[in-house]
Amino acid sequence: MAILVYIENTDGGLKKSAFEAAAYAKAIADQKGDTLVALSIGDVADAELQKLGKYGVTKVLNASQANLKQFVNKAYAAIIAAAAKQEQASVVVLSNSFSGKGLAPRVAAKLDAGLADGAISLPSWNGNDMEVKKTAFSNKAFATEIISSPVKVISLSPNAYELKESPASAEIVPFTADVNANDLSVVLKEIVRATDKISLPEAEIVVSAGRGLKGPENWAMVEELADVLGAATACSKPVSDAGWRPHSEHVGQTGIVVSPNLYIAIGISGAIQHLAGVSSSKTIVVINKDPEAPFFKVADYGIVGDAFEVVPKLTEAIRNLKNN
Amino acid sequence: MKILVCISNVPDTTSKITFTNDNTVFNTAGIQYIINPYDEIALAKAVELAEGGKGTVTVINVGDAATEPTIRKALAIGADDAVRVNAQPRDAWFVANQIANYAKGQGFDLILTGRESIDYNGAQVAALLGELLDLPSVSIAKKLVIEGNEANIDREIEGGKEVLSVSLPVVVGTAEGVAEPKIPNMRGIMGARSKPLQVVEPIEVPVLASIARYESPAARGAVKLVDDVDQLVQLLHGEAKVI
Ligand SMILES: Cc1cc2nc3c(=O)[nH]c(=O)nc-3n(C[C@H](O)[C@H](O)[C@H](O)COP(=O)(O)OP(=O)(O)OC[C@H]3O[C@@H](n4cnc5c(N)ncnc54)[C@H](O)[C@@H]3O)c2cc1C
Ligand SMILES: Nc1ncnc2c1ncn2[C@@H]1O[C@H](COP(=O)(O)O)[C@@H](O)[C@H]1O
Repeated sequence: MAILVYIENTDGGLKKSAFEAAAYAKAIADQKGDTLVALSIGDVADAELQKLGKYGVTKVLNASQANLKQFVNKAYAAIIAAAAKQEQASVVVLSNSFSGKGLAPRVAAKLDAGLADGAISLPSWNGNDMEVKKTAFSNKAFATEIISSPVKVISLSPNAYELKESPASAEIVPFTADVNANDLSVVLKEIVRATDKISLPEAEIVVSAGRGLKGPENWAMVEELADVLGAATACSKPVSDAGWRPHSEHVGQTGIVVSPNLYIAIGISGAIQHLAGVSSSKTIVVINKDPEAPFFKVADYGIVGDAFEVVPKLTEAIRNLKNN
Repeated sequence: MKILVCISNVPDTTSKITFTNDNTVFNTAGIQYIINPYDEIALAKAVELAEGGKGTVTVINVGDAATEPTIRKALAIGADDAVRVNAQPRDAWFVANQIANYAKGQGFDLILTGRESIDYNGAQVAALLGELLDLPSVSIAKKLVIEGNEANIDREIEGGKEVLSVSLPVVVGTAEGVAEPKIPNMRGIMGARSKPLQVVEPIEVPVLASIARYESPAARGAVKLVDDVDQLVQLLHGEAKVI
């Protein structure tokens, strides 16, 4: 038996979430005394795949055939299921990324497997049953799910599992499987990427601002703070509803859920729907001029003050820290 | 165009989430239920596409009789008819099997779900429906435009989007940007009462997973209020070690 981890790439590069999935799958393989096999689909250079060795991957199946260069969930799911069958995988691990969300349920259905979506810690085992913790109710609670099917699929939340190294050397083996033309019916016309931006769901630091900022013209100071911190920017729902910021930045119960190491909330009141999406952040800093703002109740550190005064000073202080 | 919209009945977003029976059962006492906010987007898009006799909109919900107010609201917003699969929704796998069983052979051109339900949040149903019905699916769409037999879809990805096109039929999970939720008007509300709501019995679905127990997030310690930014930077650097 084996543990199979699907390694997602972005334009041929492996991101932190891919290594997190590999390290997590390695820990499961160690729990079970099974071997770990990774699967990459698309155009990823051998040198890039070899980086997986650092996290305990000894074998990488590389499905790089021409018709698989672009992500199509239906076709990719078929390849992952084929690899899982070939390797007799008992557990298949994927990232709970935007692509992973479209992929994991399909893989699970193909393998008659139960899916633990958005796992946030390592599973435990009770005979053949696997127990794993995930978030539920839009981050307002956690659920421990029991997967009882013979094959199990887990999608791992970004930033939930600490990267552990277990150096090995990864052998890269070509993997080909038939692709049904019907599985490739979605045509990718264009990828639009804001290359200078740090991706919000995966960011380690998030600087977020709300209606307290009064208007879109005042976001320069938010971006500057994010810049010195190497952070992603986010916002509250009314801010994106008003078109001040794109919808992709809206965090909360009905937006993106984030769990960075540091979440800085500027001029956000801390409504229950907003908190749901950010409460699993490790450290929360709140800057708000109203000492009664509910956000202070769930913050680790707070400054009661006017954002227009505090934020530029904070940026300056962090810049000084970084320069010394 | 024949459109199916999957709607789930979820706790209002202001709900405090608590559990009973040793944290094994979600405490529904005092909870108000609403149409899942993302499903309102799906429904608004469907109604918009069907407007002016260009199509029909069927809504489907897997739930017990208590979900009927939510279904009637969907009819008031503009769906033509509704189906309720008479069962407690056990999990996304169960729900998707019920919906696929109803939808197969009915010739839907477009099946819409929300990107995720705000209670169990699997973001699973769209992709599962795609798999069970052997259709293409896009789980998180931020734009959906139908031109003839083609769906043009912007799919959310980390830090950007993919611009996709696919022939109908297709399953799409809708997110913000696809449409603005619609509020039912008086005529809609009156009309909803006489629109058909069919109740069908569930099929059997094998159990693959179950929830053992729940937990509420640990409370944080009291906030440390600081007077100036230098102090904050020191704490973030020295104490929290996050910068
Ligand atoms: C179905 C539903 C779903 C929702 N989902 C979400 C969600 O996912 N995410 C989300 O964020 N919201 C969501 N909301 C909205 C939520 O209820 C709140 O309305 C929203 O979070 C408030 O945004 P805000 O804090 O930016 O604005 P406000 O509540 O207006 O707060 C602005 C804050 O800025 C402070 N402020 C003002 N001026 C300054 C200044 N100069 N310096 C410092 N501070 C200042 C004020 O004291 C205040 O606390 C949802 C609502 C509903 C009904
Ligand atoms: N009980 C249900 N009945 C009908 N549709 C549902 C149900 N549960 C979930 N859905 C649909 O599936 C979408 C995704 O749900 P989930 O996979 O639970 O996150 C929701 O936005 C709904 O469109």
